[in-house]
Amino acid sequence: MLSPESLKKIDREIAKYPPDQKQSASMSALRIAQEEKGWLSSETIEFVAKYLEMPAIAVYEVASFYNMYDLSPVGARKITVCTNLPCALSGGVHAADYIKKRLGIDFNETTSDGKFTLKEGECMGACGDAPVLLVNNHHMCSWMTEEKIDQLLEDLKK
Amino acid sequence: MLEIEIDGKQLQVPDGSTVMEAASQVGAYVPHFCYHKKLSIAANCRMCLVQVEKAPKPLPACATPVTNGMKVWTHSEQAVKAQKGVMEFLLINHPLDCPICDQGGECQLQDLSVGYGGVQSRYEEEKRVVGNKDLGPLVSTDMTRCINCTRCVRFTTEIAGLMELGQAFRGEHAEIMPFVEKTIDSELSGNIIDLCPVGALTSKPFRFGARAWEMSRRKSVSPHDSLGSNLVVQVKNDVVKRVLPLENDALNECWLSDKDRFSYEALNGEERLTRPQIKQGGKWIETDWQSALEYVANGLKSVRSEHGAEAIGALVSPHSTLEEMHLLQALVRGLGSDNIDFRLRQTDFSADARRAGAPWLGLNVAEIGSLDRLFIVGSFFRKDHPLVAQRVRQAVKRGLKVSVLNPVIDDWQFKVENKIQVKPSAIAGTLVGVAKALAQKTGQDLAEVFVSAAAGVEADAAALSVANSLASGRQVAVWIGNYAQQHADAASIEAIAQEIARLSKGRFGILGEAANSVGGYLAGSLPSKGGKNAAEMLKAPLKAYVLFGLDAELDTQAGQAAVDTLGKADTVIALSAFKSESALAYADVLLPIAPFTETAGIFVNAEGRAQAFYPVVKTAGEVRPGWKVLRVLGELLGLDGFDFDKVEDVRQIVLGAAQEVDRARLNNALTVDSFALGAAAQGVERVADIPIYAADPIARRSAPLQRTRDGQAPALRASASTVAKLGLEAGGTAKVKSATGAVTVPVVVDDGVVEGSICLAGAHADTSALGGLHGEVSVERV
Amino acid sequence: MSSQGIILSGLDGDRTWRLADYIKRGGYEALRKIIAEKISADDVIAEVKKSSLRGRGGAGFPTGLKWSFMPRAFPGAKYLACNSDEGEPGTFKDRDILRYNPHSVIEGMIIAGYAMGCERGYNYIHGEIFEVYSRFEEALQEAREAGLLGKNILGSDFSFDLFAHHGYGAYICGEETALLESIEGKKGQPRFKPPFPASFGLYGKPTTINNTETFASIPYIIREGGDAFLALGKPNNGGTKLFSVSGHVNKPGNYEIPLGTPFADLLEMAGGVRGGRKLKAVIPGGSSAPVLPASVMMDCTMDYDSISKAGSMLGSGAVIVMDESTCMVKALERLSYFYFEESCGQCTPCREGTGWLYRVVHRIENGLGRPDDLDLLNSVTANIMGRTICALGDAASMPVQSFIKHFGDEFAFHIEHKKCLVPQDVQREGSKIYVA
Ligand SMILES: Cc1cc2nc3c(=O)[nH]c(=O)nc-3n(C[C@H](O)[C@H](O)[C@H](O)COP(=O)(O)O)c2cc1C
Ligand code: SF4
Ligand code: FES
Repeated sequence: MLSPESLKKIDREIAKYPPDQKQSASMSALRIAQEEKGWLSSETIEFVAKYLEMPAIAVYEVASFYNMYDLSPVGARKITVCTNLPCALSGGVHAADYIKKRLGIDFNETTSDGKFTLKEGECMGACGDAPVLLVNNHHMCSWMTEEKIDQLLEDLKK
Repeated sequence: MLEIEIDGKQLQVPDGSTVMEAASQVGAYVPHFCYHKKLSIAANCRMCLVQVEKAPKPLPACATPVTNGMKVWTHSEQAVKAQKGVMEFLLINHPLDCPICDQGGECQLQDLSVGYGGVQSRYEEEKRVVGNKDLGPLVSTDMTRCINCTRCVRFTTEIAGLMELGQAFRGEHAEIMPFVEKTIDSELSGNIIDLCPVGALTSKPFRFGARAWEMSRRKSVSPHDSLGSNLVVQVKNDVVKRVLPLENDALNECWLSDKDRFSYEALNGEERLTRPQIKQGGKWIETDWQSALEYVANGLKSVRSEHGAEAIGALVSPHSTLEEMHLLQALVRGLGSDNIDFRLRQTDFSADARRAGAPWLGLNVAEIGSLDRLFIVGSFFRKDHPLVAQRVRQAVKRGLKVSVLNPVIDDWQFKVENKIQVKPSAIAGTLVGVAKALAQKTGQDLAEVFVSAAAGVEADAAALSVANSLASGRQVAVWIGNYAQQHADAASIEAIAQEIARLSKGRFGILGEAANSVGGYLAGSLPSKGGKNAAEMLKAPLKAYVLFGLDAELDTQAGQAAVDTLGKADTVIALSAFKSESALAYADVLLPIAPFTETAGIFVNAEGRAQAFYPVVKTAGEVRPGWKVLRVLGELLGLDGFDFDKVEDVRQIVLGAAQEVDRARLNNALTVDSFALGAAAQGVERVADIPIYAADPIARRSAPLQRTRDGQAPALRASASTVAKLGLEAGGTAKVKSATGAVTVPVVVDDGVVEGSICLAGAHADTSALGGLHGEVSVERV
Repeated sequence: MSSQGIILSGLDGDRTWRLADYIKRGGYEALRKIIAEKISADDVIAEVKKSSLRGRGGAGFPTGLKWSFMPRAFPGAKYLACNSDEGEPGTFKDRDILRYNPHSVIEGMIIAGYAMGCERGYNYIHGEIFEVYSRFEEALQEAREAGLLGKNILGSDFSFDLFAHHGYGAYICGEETALLESIEGKKGQPRFKPPFPASFGLYGKPTTINNTETFASIPYIIREGGDAFLALGKPNNGGTKLFSVSGHVNKPGNYEIPLGTPFADLLEMAGGVRGGRKLKAVIPGGSSAPVLPASVMMDCTMDYDSISKAGSMLGSGAVIVMDESTCMVKALERLSYFYFEESCGQCTPCREGTGWLYRVVHRIENGLGRPDDLDLLNSVTANIMGRTICALGDAASMPVQSFIKHFGDEFAFHIEHKKCLVPQDVQREGSKIYVA
C-alpha cells in the first residue's frame, strides 16, 4: 500500500518513541503517507492504522484534527496563504487575492487542470516575513510580492 | 480520609475522591453530562462547575480532587451562574424540537434545561447540522443533537474494549463517528444508547415505538447467558417495547449485552406460537387447551402401557425456569421414566455419577475484580459471556493476568497474557502438561490418578508460561467454558482443569452455558437412576418425546440427526413459545408456552444466585405459562405433587423455604478414579462455536440481532495455511462432510484458528446437517 | 533580526547554525562545565532560580521553580518536552532560534534533562515550518555524533536522548498538555489539570515542558551564572528576551533586548511606524494578549511586570503593531476567526462560544450589527473565561473584551453606520503588500 521507502521513513519515526508507544508515530506516518499519495484516502488511513496497530478511527481522528492533512484530493501544488492578522497587516490578504486572480480560483478550490489548490492558512509562525505562503505543506515562501508570486507560479507550473 | 464540606454538610471521603463523588454521597445533585461513574473522566461538558472556596473560578466537580478541608457550594450564585452559562452554550446549536425527538421525556439535556436554560435563546445564527451515521441495525443516530460529551467514545474504548467510535474533526466541526462506513459491531453496543444523555443515539428497533412516559417499567431477569443480567422491561399495552438494564453492581452493573437488550424483538414476532395445535392425518389443527392436554395425556399413557415408561423421554431447554425444569422431571419420573435432560449440547456425560453437587462458577461474579490470575479453558468467552468478559477486561486493566487454552483464539479486546492453541483432541493432554509443569514449579505432587497420563506428556513453552503465571498468582481462578463442556472429552478436561486449580491454590469454576444451567442440576432435570441423557435420547429413538422450550436441531449437539430421531418416534409433544418449520414436521402436538416476559420463575445464574421474576405482560393469545401447563398435565396423568396453586409452591420444593440456593448444593468436586488420554485425531477436526445470537430460541428470532455482524450465517474459518493445505480458496466455498451429512459454506481466512482444524459454527440451520458439533470432517473445495 | 542579547548574538543569518560554529561561540561549554565539575542537579536548578528566568512560552512562569516540581526519586522514566509549536499569531521567534541557533536549544534541553533526571526529550515543532524541523533533525544528528546526546554523554554516566516531533497544523498543540497528547500520537486535546505534567505527563510519566527560548537561555545561565543573566534584565524579569515585531512597522523582525527596555526603543529598532502614520494600538504579547491603545503602550517598558500593570500580558513577546489605517473591528474579526478555527472542540464553552463570538463580530464588521451586540459579546466572553479546560477559552475572550474596552466607539460606529470608521481605501493602503 505504501512504498518501501515510505515504510522505511515511518520505521525511523517509530524508533523515536519508546517501544510500546508505536502510535506516537501516527502523525509522521500520515505525513509520509500523504507525501507519497498526495492525500489521505480511507484506505491509506486504514493502512497506517494497521501498520501502527491502532484502531482506524483513532488514526482518522488525528488525520481530521490537524489542518495540514488532506482528506480529499488536492492539486499537485497546494498553496496555503496566511491571512491571519499580523500577515494581513503586511499584505497577506492582498497576496492571497493576487493568487486567486492569477489562478482564477478561490480558497479551497483547485484549478481545472488539477495543478493548483489554494487554501487559507492560519499563523505559520513567520509573521515577520509577511506575506508568507506554504507550498505543499513543507516549503515556505517569504515576502511574497506580486513579482515573486508570478515567479513562483511560473516555477511551480514546470 | 479527607474532610470536605459540601453545601454546608460535613463529610469524610476516601483519598482520591472527586468533588462529584463526595457530592453524591451527601445527596447534592451536581448537573452533568460527560461524567459517568463507570467511564474515565473527560471533564469536557463543563456542566458540573461548582464553587470552591479560595478557587478564583468555578471548578468541574467531576474532575476536581477533594483536598482536605475543602469547602464546596454546588448551588451558590457563582456555581449556578456558571452552570447556566454552560447550558446556554449547549443549547445554541441543539435543536429545540423535543416533541419530535425519540429521547423526549428521558433526556438529560431537556430535564436540566428546564432548570438552567434561559427562556429565550440569545443565539440567532443558523444552527449546526451534523450528518447521521449508519451504526448498524441496533443504534440509530440523530447527530445534530449530539453534545460531544464523548461518553459513547469512551464506552467503546474502555468498556467494550475496542475504539469503534471517535470524535473526528475539531472545534465546532467536531463529530462523533465510526471509521468511514464502519458499523458498531460490539456485542455491547446498545449501552451507548443508555449513555447518550441526549437523543443523538437511540435504539433503532425501538425507534419512535413509544414515549417514555407512556410505558410502564417492570423488573425482570435475562433468560440468555448464565450471568442473569437484571432487566427493566418497558411495556405499553401489554407489548414489550424496550429492554433496559436494571443496575446491579453484583452482576451486570449498569450494562446489558445486546442479546439481553434486543432479543425481545422476537417476542412480538411472526413465529410466536399462540394456540395449541394437534397434527392429525399429517395436518395441523388448532384446538383448545383442554383437548390438547387430554390428547397429550392419553398419548403418554398409551406409550407407557404399550412400551413401558422407559420409552418416554423429555428434553428441556436450560433457558427454562427452575419451576418448569422441576415439574417436567417430576412428570417424567411420575410416569416411571428417568429419561430427562437439560444439557442439550453436551456430548460427554461420563462425569455424571461422579459429581458432588451442582457445577457452578466457583466464586461470585463481583469477586472477578479481585482475581490476579485467570485460566480460561475451552471458551468463546467474549461472545458466550459478554458482560463477564467485560468484568475481566476491567480486572485486566488493574493487573489481572489471563491465560487461555482454546483451538480458536479470538480477539477478546483485552490483553491475554498466555495463549495456548491446540487442536480439539489435544486439549486434555495439553492440560496435563500444564498440571505437570505446575506441580514441578510449585513443588507439589500431581494427584496419583494423573501420574501415568502425565508420564507421556511434556509441557511446551506455552504450557510452561501458563503454569508459571498461575504459580505466581495469589487470587487464582480456572474456568471451563461452554466449548469445553460441550467437548467430547469434557469430563477429562474438567478433571484435569480442577487439578490445575488445586495445584495453583485457586478456585475452579464452570462458566454455565445458559440462564439456568445451574438450576437444571438443582431441579434434578437430568437422569439419576440410569435413565438416558440428552445424547442417548437423541440417538436411539424413543416412542414418545416431550420437548420443552427448544428447537431440536439447533439447541442440541445432534443437529439434524435429532430431527431424524424424533421423526421415528410415535409421538413428539413440543411445548414452545415459537413455531418452526422443523417442529411442524417432527412434532405431533404443539403447546404454546410463555416466554420469560409472560411467566413467573427463577433463573439460577452461574454464581448460584436464584433470581425470581414475574410476568411483565399478559400472555399472548392462548399462551399459558409452562408451569401451569405442566401442572394440569400432571393432574391429568394422575401424578402426585402437582396440586399447588402458586409458582412459589413449586419453588419451595426445589429451593426450600428460604427460596435461595443452599450453597452446600453448589459443588464442583469430581471423583476421578481413573484417567487416560484419548488418541489424537488424525484428520481435520471441526471446532464449533455457538454464535452469540444463535444460542437460544429467543435470540435467534430477533430480526435486528440477526442483521448484525455476529448474526451473519456461519462460514468455514481456518488459517491461511490450512485453507491452502485443504485446497480451498479464501472467499470461495467449501463442502464439509461429517459421518452423517454435508454442508456447503463460504470460506473465510482466520489465523485465529489452530492449524489443521476448521471452525464452523453450530446452532445454525446452515450447518445442522452435519449432525453433531465435534469430530473429524472432510473438506473439499466447490 | 537584531540582538543585544545572548541567543541571537553573534549569528550570521543562515550560515552559522552548525555545531562547529556553535562551539566557537562558546556552545556546549555549559554542559561540559556541569559534567567536568560534577555540578549537582540541585545546583543547576538553583542557578536557574537565581537567574529569575521566566518561561518564554506565554505564561511567564518561573523556570527554576517549575523544574523543582519534578519528583526527584521517581522510579520510572521521566520526560522533557520543548514547545516549539509557535502558532500564536504574531510570534515567530522560536523559528529563528531553531533556524539559526538550534544547538542552544539542544544544549539547554540536555542540561534540563540532567537537572531533572529525564531520560528522553522531545522537541515539538510547529507544523508549518518543516524546513526548520529538518534542520533541527540535522543538528540533533550532529550532537549525537559528537557524543553530546545518547548514552554516557561526554563520557559521564548521564544519558539523555532527544528527538523532534513534527506538528501538522493545530495551534492548540502549543498548549502543553495538548502537546503531550499530540506526541502520544493523538489529536491535540488539552488535558484537565490536575494532575499536572510534573506528576502525569507524557505517557503518564513526570514531564516538564518549556518553550524553545526558555531552553535556549539555559546555556548562558549555566556558563555565566544566574546573576549575570538576571543583571541583563531587571529584578523578577531576568535576562534578555526576543520580541517578534510584526504589523505596521518599517522593519518587522525579531529583536533580542533586555527585559525592561522601553517600548518606544523597540519600536524605533523596528524602524518606526510605517509610512509616517500614527500608531493606533499594539498587542504586546501575541494575539491572545489584550490590545493596548498607543498612548498606554508608549509608556510601557517591555517586561512582564510593566505590561501586566498596563492591563495586558507580555505573553510570548509578539508585538503586533497597528497604525491608524487599521479597522479595529476587522482586526478583531480576523482574530476571532482564528480562535474559532483553532478550538479543539472538546469543551463546551470554547467549542460553542468561539463560533458565537466570531459570528457576532463578523456581523458587526459586515454592517449587520445590533445595538446590544457589544453587551452580548461581553456576556459571552464572561461565560467562556475561566470555564474551559485550557486557556484557549481565555485567549479567545481577552482580545474581544479589550478591543471593545479600548475601541468601543469604533464598534459602536460600525453598528450604527453599518460601515468602518476607517475608510476602506485607507485600510487597503495601510495593509498592502509590504516588504521592508
Ligand atoms: C492555547 C495555548 C497556546 C499556547 N501556545 C504556545 C506556544 O505556541 N509555544 C509555547 O511555548 N507555549 C505555548 N503555550 C503555553 C504552554 O502551555 C506552556 O505554558 C509553555 O510552553 C511553558 O513553557 P515556559 O514555561 O517555558 O513558558 C500555549 C498555551 C495555550 C493555552
Ligand atoms: S478551551 Fe477550547 S481548546 Fe481548550 S480544551 Fe476547551 S475546547 Fe479545547
Ligand atoms: S460532568 Fe464534569 S465536565 Fe462534564
